Amino acid sequence: MKKKNFMSLLLAAATCFSLLAGCSNGGASGNAGANANVIKIGGIGPLTGSAAQYGIATRQGAEIAVSEINELGGSIQFELNSQDDEADGEKGVNAYNTLIDWGMQILYGCTTSGSCAAVAAESFSDRVFQLTPSASSTTVTEGKDNVFQLCFTDPNQGKTAADFISEHKLATKIAVIYNNGDDYSTGIYQGFAAEAEKVGLELVSVTTFPDDTTTDFSAQLTDAQNSGAELVFLPIYYTPASNILLQAKQKGLSFSYFGCDGLDGILTLEGFDTSLAEGVYVLTPFDTTSDAAVSFIEKYKEAAGEAPNQFAADAYDCMYALYEACQKANITSDMSYSDVCDALISVFTSSDFAVDGLTGSGMQWGANGEVSKDPLVVQIVNGAYVNQ
Amino acid sequence: MMTFLGYLVSGISLGSVYAIIALGYTMVYGIAKMLNFAHGDVIMVGAYISFCATNYLSLPAWLSVLLAIIVCTVLGVVIEGLAYRPLRQAGSLAVLITAIGVSYFLQNAAQLIWTSNTKIFTSIVSIPSLRLFGGQLTITGEAIVTVLTCILIMAGLTFFTGATRMGKAMRACSEDKGAAQLMGINVNFTISMTFAIGSALAAVAGVLLCSSYNTLIPTTGAMPGIKAFTAAVFGGIGSIPGALLGGILLGIIEIFASGYISYQLSNAIVFAVLIIVLLVKPSGLLGKYTPEKV
Repeated sequence: MKKKNFMSLLLAAATCFSLLAGCSNGGASGNAGANANVIKIGGIGPLTGSAAQYGIATRQGAEIAVSEINELGGSIQFELNSQDDEADGEKGVNAYNTLIDWGMQILYGCTTSGSCAAVAAESFSDRVFQLTPSASSTTVTEGKDNVFQLCFTDPNQGKTAADFISEHKLATKIAVIYNNGDDYSTGIYQGFAAEAEKVGLELVSVTTFPDDTTTDFSAQLTDAQNSGAELVFLPIYYTPASNILLQAKQKGLSFSYFGCDGLDGILTLEGFDTSLAEGVYVLTPFDTTSDAAVSFIEKYKEAAGEAPNQFAADAYDCMYALYEACQKANITSDMSYSDVCDALISVFTSSDFAVDGLTGSGMQWGANGEVSKDPLVVQIVNGAYVNQ
Repeated sequence: MMTFLGYLVSGISLGSVYAIIALGYTMVYGIAKMLNFAHGDVIMVGAYISFCATNYLSLPAWLSVLLAIIVCTVLGVVIEGLAYRPLRQAGSLAVLITAIGVSYFLQNAAQLIWTSNTKIFTSIVSIPSLRLFGGQLTITGEAIVTVLTCILIMAGLTFFTGATRMGKAMRACSEDKGAAQLMGINVNFTISMTFAIGSALAAVAGVLLCSSYNTLIPTTGAMPGIKAFTAAVFGGIGSIPGALLGGILLGIIEIFASGYISYQLSNAIVFAVLIIVLLVKPSGLLGKYTPEKV
């Protein structure tokens, strides 16, 4: 019995300590100055789990922007609190509730579409303004006036890809391998298939896989091979794509490939043989050659030890979009989240609000929450992106 | 016909990876009578060790495999000693839950050490692919090495458990731990040895798995682990040739199902076949039927 008492005491002590640790942490990040106008921004993304690479990239990109904004020393300062959702809707809602309790005024996130749609339902009924860097599914914004996207939508990417392939006469017989367990991949495929029919591309082989941990693509590649496809369209993330490229090479198949923004990052995969991706076309919004991008890439490398991908750039732009909108709407730290929400919605949807960022210039938003900017097509040549 | 052969080759090569993992499962289950659900994650650790040895220390491939085997063997013995041995007298459910806990622990520890970023494993196999029928059919070097290793390991294990002193001790523990102890067999040591061998096999499986399918993440071992467990049950858990047969059949069924029927249903079909086999032969294809004594 004695032992049990001691253990519970220890547990209680540990709990108190962790609470205290939480307090001191909050104090440290909010040291922008007592009289400054500190806006509390809640961030949600997968910091652990299989999609952690995306969540960590967006957090890092956002943190760089926040520290730049706070260094400007303007009347508006940001405080960012990033929570983990493991790319899971249920955990996303838990993270959202944690952030509401913390006093969040603006929600930035989530990183992944599935979790974002679950959280957006909550933020819509609570009236919290939400801007997602990378959740590109239309289900995220549908019917919710408070949710805005900084990335372009999935069907839009599929449409651009089909147009580019047909305009540049890359191929007429196309195979598609997509992840039909994923909103993102399925959304791009649907946009692509609809546009392909219009512009006269023939989809000779359409095959799927159930999730991104799939490693064996022999059946899909055999199907593409037998159908006589010239080009394989890959609206998927780079992890399965790296397996597809390698297994196609092992089988002695030589397709050309066209991927979307999910493929961005394949070149920085540790241990990846970049010659496998030679000639692959990638849709990306992130033009790495601009001055602002070069400075961002430098800061990101310093902080994270690796080059940023497009997710990080999207997150960086999110913070600046919010900053400009907050300035315009005169957001103050004592406003309730629902007041902030109404003020920001009217700014974002106004026709004279345009943001220049790393992922596009003159970005504007419609009432449906979708951003207008054009995807950029790059080709991988000698292990680097070349603008097309 | 070419397509059929192509699928068959892919199936055998996928199946032989399952088979190597299943050998480790079946070995531990057959002797310690416990399901080591952390086996799949030991595979992942083995692959990471080999990856680090070749990419960061620039060691040759064979040395990296050896290092992976050593680290995994030690890891297996430590896991057994810390997590499973204290529960030797506890119910099998407690041990099962502990094994699942160890599995999550290893996955998250790997994520802390190596981050969740995907790493691309460079194949340790330098044998070129075999091209038959004018390039219409390709058998990769990885597939050849995996199948050969698999058969070699199965033969080695059959000999070891059947003919050596240690193997006899293992079989005795499997039959009856109490009686084996009375006969002067050190049960704890024997079970530790079983884990050592099982984990060494896991390291080999990890290296071969990642040589064929190059992406390496902290959850790499999870799904192949579950499939291999299925393969072991399919072939008759506890039976060494059964693990080989079950693994290869599972791989072939999976590829044929996804090639000829549906990509979506391939896993469902695999498990449906398992259910049918277990209905007809409850102890698996080559398993021994042991009636429950009351």
